[in-house]
Amino acid sequence: MGESHSGLRRALRSEAGKGLTIVSPPLVYSLLLLAAPLATIVLLSFWTQQFLTIDRTFTFANYEEALSDPLYRELMFRSLRISGMVTLVTVVTAFPIAYFISFRVAPNRKSLWLFLITIPFWTSYLIRVFLWRVILAYDGPVNGTLLGLGIIDEPLGFILYNANAVVVTLAHAFAPFAILPIFVSLERIDRSLLEAARDLGESHAMTFFRVTLPLAMPGVLAAALIVFIPTVGDYVTPRLVGGSGGTMIANMIYAQIFDLNNRPMGATLAVLAMGTVAVISIGLILLTRLWTGPKR
Amino acid sequence: MRGGGLKVYAILYLAFLYAPIVLLPLFAFNDGTVIAFPLQGFTLEWFAALLDTPALHEATLNSLIIAVSVAILATSLGLFAARAATRYKFPGKPGILGFIMLPLVLPEVIVAISLLAVLMQLGLDSGLWTIILGHSLLCMPFSIAILQGSFANMDQSLEEAAIDLGETPLSTFRLVTFPLVLPGIIASLLICFTISLDEFIIAFFLSGNEPTLPVYLWGQLRFPARLPVVMALGTILVTLSVLLLVVAEFFRRRGLKRAGLEDTGGFL
Repeated sequence: MGESHSGLRRALRSEAGKGLTIVSPPLVYSLLLLAAPLATIVLLSFWTQQFLTIDRTFTFANYEEALSDPLYRELMFRSLRISGMVTLVTVVTAFPIAYFISFRVAPNRKSLWLFLITIPFWTSYLIRVFLWRVILAYDGPVNGTLLGLGIIDEPLGFILYNANAVVVTLAHAFAPFAILPIFVSLERIDRSLLEAARDLGESHAMTFFRVTLPLAMPGVLAAALIVFIPTVGDYVTPRLVGGSGGTMIANMIYAQIFDLNNRPMGATLAVLAMGTVAVISIGLILLTRLWTGPKR
Repeated sequence: MRGGGLKVYAILYLAFLYAPIVLLPLFAFNDGTVIAFPLQGFTLEWFAALLDTPALHEATLNSLIIAVSVAILATSLGLFAARAATRYKFPGKPGILGFIMLPLVLPEVIVAISLLAVLMQLGLDSGLWTIILGHSLLCMPFSIAILQGSFANMDQSLEEAAIDLGETPLSTFRLVTFPLVLPGIIASLLICFTISLDEFIIAFFLSGNEPTLPVYLWGQLRFPARLPVVMALGTILVTLSVLLLVVAEFFRRRGLKRAGLEDTGGFL
C-alpha cells in the first residue's frame, strides 16, 4: 500500500522532472533574452543620465519628470486614446466577419476564408503602412474616387497625418488578430443553445444579444487585449501617417534613446507605458469576468 | 437574407484588407516618378534599378542570414516547448509556457529597447547576431503554436509501440516522432523565416551599421525619388511572403491529413 503510494509519487516526480528538463532550453532562452532585459530597463529607469555618463544612484527623478512634464503626459494619454480607438474600431468591424465565417460559411470553406484573412498580415508591415500613406494622400485614390464621384469638391486634408490615419492604418494591420479569437469563441458555442432560445420564443436579435454575444465575450476580450497591448507601443504607423498630431509614446522612447541620448528616460517611459497597459488590461479582464461571471 | 448582407460586408472587408497589397504592383510597374494616380504606363525600370543598388544587396544578404538562423533557432527551441506542453505535466506549467509565449503580446518596442539596454550595459556592439537572438525570441511563440498542433495530433501509442519494440527514446524520436511532426516543423521554419524577413522594430533598434532589408527600406522612404524603386522591392517581398505562406499552409494541411484530422483553421 505505502510502497505503491511512494511509487506513484516517484512516477509523478519523474514525469515532472522530464517535463521541466524538456521545457528548460526555451525557458532559459526566455529568461536570458526577455526577463533579464526587462529587469535591466526597470533598473535603468531608476538611474539618471549625466551628459555622457550614467549616474547609478537610485532615484525616482525620471519618474517625477515623466509624470509631471505635460509633454510626456500628453503623449501617454494620446497613445492610450489612439490605441483605445483602434481596439474599438478593430473589434467592432471584426466581429461581423468572425460571425459570418463561423455561422454562414460552409465548414469546408472556413479554413479558406481564414487563410484569405491572414495573408495580408504576413506581408511586410512597413510596406503596408507606407501604402496607407499613399491611399490616404491628398492626391491619393480615396480623394481621387470621392472627387470623381462628385461627393466632394476638393481633396480632404484631414484623413492623413493625424490620429485618424493612425487609427485606420492600425485597424487594418491588426484585423486578423481581432478576427481569429472571436472566431474561435464563436465556433465553441453549442448550436443547440441557439435553437433552444429560438424555440423558447426569443427573436433572432434577442437570441444574439442574450446567448451568442455573452458566450463570445471571452473571444471579444482576447481580441481587444491582443489589439490594444501592442498598438500602444507602435512606432512605424505614427511616424509614417501620424504627422505631429499622431505622435505616440514609442516615438518619444526612440527619440530619448537615440536622438537625446537619455537612455534612463527612455527606459522610464517604456516602464510607465508597460505598467499602464498592464493595469488597463487587468482591469478589462476583471470587468469582463464581473459581467459574464454570474450568468454562467 | 441576413447572410446576404453579411456576405457583402465580408467581401468589402476583404477589399479593405487587400487594398494596400493590390496597389503595390500598380505603382511598381507604373512609368512615373510620383506615387499617385493616374498611372502613366508600364515600365520595368524600377525593377532594373534594384539590380544595381549594392547597399540593397548587402541588406538582402544580411536579412537572409538572419532569417535562416532565426528559423532554425526558433523552431529548435519551439520543438522543446511544444513537446513539453503536449506530453508532460510539470509544476508551474501554465506560468512557464505563458511566459515563453509573452513576446506574442508584448509591444515590440519594449522587447527592442530592453535588449538594447542589455547590450549597452554590457558594452557589446549590436550586429547581426543580436537581431538573430531578438527575432528568435519573437518567433518562438509562433513556432510553438504551430508545433503544438502537430504534437497534439500525433497518436501517442505509436511512440509507446516503438519503445516496446526495443527502440531507444532517441531512435524513437528520430524514426517515429520526427517524421510525424515534420510537416509542422517545415511550416514553423517557413513562418519564422517570413516573420524575421519582415520584422522592422527590433532590427531597427539593434542593427547598428548592418541594415536588414526593412531597415534599408525605411531609410529609402525619406527620399521621394526612390519611392518607385521601394514599390518594386515591396512587390517582390510581398510576392515572396505570399508564396512562402502558401507552401507553409500546404505542409500544415498535409500534416493534419497525415494525422487523419479535420482541418480546423489557419495559423495562430
